[in-house]
Amino acid sequence: MSEIRLNNVVKRYGRVEVVHGINLEIAHNEFVVLVGPSGCGKSTTLRMIAGLEDISDGEIHIGDALVNDLPPRKRNISMVFQNYALYPHMSVRENLGFGLKIAKQPDAVVAERVDEAASILGLSELMDRTPAELSGGQRQRVAMGRAIVRHPEAFLFDEPLSNLDAKLRVQMRTEIKKLHSKVKTTVVYVTHDQVEAMTLADRIVVMKDGHIEQVGTPMEVFNHPLNTFVASFIGSPPMNLIPARIEDGKVVFGDKTGVPLPNRLSEFVSDGQEVIFGIRPDDMTPEGHGISDSGQSATLELTVDLAELLGTETLLYTHLGGQEALGKMFDPRHVQENETLKFRLSLDKAHLFDAGTGKSVRPD
Amino acid sequence: MNASLRKRLVAIATWIATFLLMMIICLPGLWVVLTGFRPNREVLSKPAIWIPEQFNLNNFAKIFGFGAEQVAIPVPAYFTNSLVIALTSTAIALIIGMSGGYAFARFRFPFKNSIFLGLMLSRTVPGIALSLPVFMIWSRLGLIDTKMGMIIVYTALNIPFTIWLIDGFFRQVPKEMSEAAQVDGCTRWQAFWRVEFPLAKSGIASAGIFAFLTSWNEYALASQLTRSTDSKTLPVGLMDFTAQFTIDWAGMSAMAVIIIIPALILTFLVQKHLIAGLTFGGVKG
Repeated sequence: MSEIRLNNVVKRYGRVEVVHGINLEIAHNEFVVLVGPSGCGKSTTLRMIAGLEDISDGEIHIGDALVNDLPPRKRNISMVFQNYALYPHMSVRENLGFGLKIAKQPDAVVAERVDEAASILGLSELMDRTPAELSGGQRQRVAMGRAIVRHPEAFLFDEPLSNLDAKLRVQMRTEIKKLHSKVKTTVVYVTHDQVEAMTLADRIVVMKDGHIEQVGTPMEVFNHPLNTFVASFIGSPPMNLIPARIEDGKVVFGDKTGVPLPNRLSEFVSDGQEVIFGIRPDDMTPEGHGISDSGQSATLELTVDLAELLGTETLLYTHLGGQEALGKMFDPRHVQENETLKFRLSLDKAHLFDAGTGKSVRPD
Repeated sequence: MNASLRKRLVAIATWIATFLLMMIICLPGLWVVLTGFRPNREVLSKPAIWIPEQFNLNNFAKIFGFGAEQVAIPVPAYFTNSLVIALTSTAIALIIGMSGGYAFARFRFPFKNSIFLGLMLSRTVPGIALSLPVFMIWSRLGLIDTKMGMIIVYTALNIPFTIWLIDGFFRQVPKEMSEAAQVDGCTRWQAFWRVEFPLAKSGIASAGIFAFLTSWNEYALASQLTRSTDSKTLPVGLMDFTAQFTIDWAGMSAMAVIIIIPALILTFLVQKHLIAGLTFGGVKG
């Protein structure tokens, strides 16, 4: 079994605390993505799991072993680095076999495992090249190959796709997903890209400033963000967040316009409460151009400042409650500048956060 | 005059200028080498004989004590001294330079920048300015006229430079290399020898060659601190060819050639080793 458990893990550099006592349980064979903006402590957390950073406080278990004081080589993990960290003076074959050689495996075993990894990743033709003779995607594959040959208890990925161009990134993303289904192993994957997090993860861990903000499946995190940070970080383009106040069963914005209080949230707020109204661009669409027309909704006339054509949809920049807001038009038609459109806001999918704490008013 | 002709004329003029300049620079060296292979008689003749009439290895045989004519200068002993002192001090400077360079490149510790600056500042003091204090201390310690004394001086002279150079090369090796090796099962020590050292090898080699040449060629300090065949090095030994009334130019030049040859060989090796593009390709794209 290779579950990973973090108990109250703290990281300090001198007096500066960068990771503030995080708790996390990663199940056997689970694909967990740590996501957050730069400086949120996600890479530090991963490096503490790898043993490349000391743990200032708390405990990390891999499988049944407490690994706090174990050096990286005794943790039976493997890691793919952002810059690949291939050994430039070794061929692809030597790069792949390096870990096994160090572990003093017999030559036959090394050759067999290296060939197996090479065939899984399509590297068989490249075995005698050096890293300098490989393209970005091929280097990425060698780095993954080096990780899988050792049959470790867990793979750690540290922003592995951020050095690739957009097209290759999408391709490698699916390869990582396929690799995980072939080589069933626990994966901890760090990225700042929420799309990678959504597409790859069994569970997403959203981090900010050294704290875990939310842990959940991609759909949980997307549909039920626990606070305004998660709401704005997950989803692209980000959720619109408009300050408002609850008055007489309505959500009233700063400019006195408003929408009815979403039914499913009415029991969680009280009259006079200051809130933040959250709605995703996908749920704020011109009438007839939305995904579905069922459920509770509100209709508002809004002026479009700017329209951005994306092909299957158009992004509409407008103002809601005196704040800049973004809507979407599916199955788009031409929209003129400053055209006023009737927007349908799906209140079933709207969110309310407490204005003071930023936390969702719904306590799930 | 058309443009391509002008271009060619400029190129030819540049070549001629470069040739003249190099001739001025190289002529003394060439003269020393030529003199080493000619008899004293020919060296001193007036008018000067530019093209050697006799060209042989007699001077070399003489200074190394072969053949009929011999000089009373223990060149083989000087050669051995130079070799032992230069090789030993280079080896020590490299070991310390590698440890120090690695530490400066990889670790965080208090006063790191000040210590580094201090090391560099020590290079700004001319060696000869230190010769008197070193002489006094060495005489108390009984290190005057010993190989050990010279080894310590040259090691101290070389360490700041080797640390600085090797630090630069280790900085070019991304620290993820070492981390990847450690995750792959290496101890920190194995990661160093298997991954980081091979990648910084060319830098370490050039630091070593530089340190060797510094020790091999140094004259000022050695002339103060050495006395006899126990420790005298080749550059100091050159002065033995000057007697009260005569100077054996031919013998001196032959010995200068002996000093130049290892330096020349090493300089060619430097060119090969200074290709530092080895780390390219291991990271990013």
